[in-house]
Amino acid sequence: MAEFIYPKLIGAKLRSQLAYRASFAVDFVSQVLAQCYELIVILVLFSQVNALGGFTRDEVLLMYAFAGAAFGVADLFAGQLDNLPTYIRTGSFDVLLMRPLGTLPQIMCSDIRLRRIGRITSALGVMIYALTHVPIDWTPAKVLLTIATPLAGTVIYSSVWVVACSICFWIVEGREFANAVTYGSNSFTSYPINVYSRPLRWVMAFVVPGAFVAYYPSLALLGKQDPLGLPGWVGWTSPLVAALAAVVAGLVWRFAVRHYRGTGS
Amino acid sequence: MIEVRELRREFKVATSKGLRRNYKTVTAVDDVSFDVQAGEAVGYVGPNGAGKSTTIKMLTGILVPTSGHLRVSGVDPSKQRRDLAKRIGVVFGQRSQLWWDLPLGDSFDLLRSIYRVSAADYRTRLDECVELLGLQELLITPVRQLSLGQRMRGEITAALLHAPELLVLDEPTIGLDLESKERLREFLADINTRRGTTLLLTTHDLDDIERLCPRLMVIDHGRVLADGPLAELRAEVTPERELVIDLREPGPAPDVPGVTAVRSEAGGLRHHLTFRRAETTAAQLITQVVRQVEVHDLAVVEPEIDDVIRKLYQRQVQQNTSR
Repeated sequence: MAEFIYPKLIGAKLRSQLAYRASFAVDFVSQVLAQCYELIVILVLFSQVNALGGFTRDEVLLMYAFAGAAFGVADLFAGQLDNLPTYIRTGSFDVLLMRPLGTLPQIMCSDIRLRRIGRITSALGVMIYALTHVPIDWTPAKVLLTIATPLAGTVIYSSVWVVACSICFWIVEGREFANAVTYGSNSFTSYPINVYSRPLRWVMAFVVPGAFVAYYPSLALLGKQDPLGLPGWVGWTSPLVAALAAVVAGLVWRFAVRHYRGTGS
Repeated sequence: MIEVRELRREFKVATSKGLRRNYKTVTAVDDVSFDVQAGEAVGYVGPNGAGKSTTIKMLTGILVPTSGHLRVSGVDPSKQRRDLAKRIGVVFGQRSQLWWDLPLGDSFDLLRSIYRVSAADYRTRLDECVELLGLQELLITPVRQLSLGQRMRGEITAALLHAPELLVLDEPTIGLDLESKERLREFLADINTRRGTTLLLTTHDLDDIERLCPRLMVIDHGRVLADGPLAELRAEVTPERELVIDLREPGPAPDVPGVTAVRSEAGGLRHHLTFRRAETTAAQLITQVVRQVEVHDLAVVEPEIDDVIRKLYQRQVQQNTSR
């Protein structure tokens, strides 16, 4: 039964968004534009060079599309965590604690940024273009990987979001930091990670597991060797990495909420 | 229903001096102990910063105590937060648990799902609240368009839909007009007596206590200063009462044994006679008075509840300075 509560909470928020139709339309369009802006950057870049880190334009577009779609869906749910400072400051977080539900799912379902669908739509468009323009030896496993990649990416981004926003329980105005991590990791992951310097790559791949959102799965799909020397099977491990990230995020959140209940700022 | 033993809560407060940051420990709740039985209605009062809200937050599982023993409805609030949430209802006067942009009725429906209330129970409980609190027309109004009084009635309904054994109210009447306050008090008194719901409320409005709570707990600086029936506290802290007599003709105040002070006004038409409740009863006094003078009207004045609490604070200060 409890599982049905969250769709209801989301439904409630959708209905309340309909109260502000105009702002929804404006947000939707601006999100499409924001996503296209990044696309233009990539296109302009490739009008000057033929390859970036050994990848063609369409291959980079594939990574960009995986990252964009995953980020868009993650933002739909985890994006609400950006409001955490407000929850803490106004005491609304106490209201969440008064209910017989977990605090994290309550926040995630507290709002749903439908305008993010603008971002997701444009990312899916680019994904379809890229998938039809890059050379892939399609096998059933690769079809599965293509479907699993944005889903695993969503979980990874959401986990990053949860961990980054947990800082707000210590520093209420920690939102700038959290955004730097979340939005920043999106920009990073849209490109092949071998264009970055080595320390950054390590952070990207294993601390913030952003490289598993788009880069490694794309390598596996394209049947390419990792220029950084990791074996080929790494590209298939994104769902595992996602599961691990979710567990870590859950633990960090629990720790953070325990801190909040211990200090009550 | 509530069992509190040596409950303590400390906070670390940052004190900045230039760039250096120091932390000092402030004790918000200092070894508080009390019990609340099922069906009681208890008023929890004290000045701002006395530790009321901190206590409430610990009782409702929002804050974890620094030390001490705590059981609410048989449950340890800090460890079994969700379990507790199903058993108690909480209303914060200053924050809302309703969905701002949705009609009031939708919020109730969501809470029904959250607390897994059966459709039949939900119907009966909601209908009862709707009728007693006059919410009929408000169910389709978005919460953001409700007045404060209307919203507070909605908040209380929201907290009662899962039929909690205990209802905790933090400043429920804050900012309400007199009529709304009265309506809420009447309703709360009703669910306390008829349904047996235990009430614990913090308030600055002493009329709330007078009207609702047979038992009063006064807290200051994190300590319970007094705990008992309002009447008893009154007798203990303000042992003096006052008899006001209006005479038919101006004249001197009657000389009656047991009266400790006399204040006259209106050129001798009205006299205030102070007496100690331990030594004389109002009846004895009145008998004596009417024997001596011709009385037009008389009234016995009890000390105001504000006075009672002010005296309690003063007594505490004196104790502290004499220590």
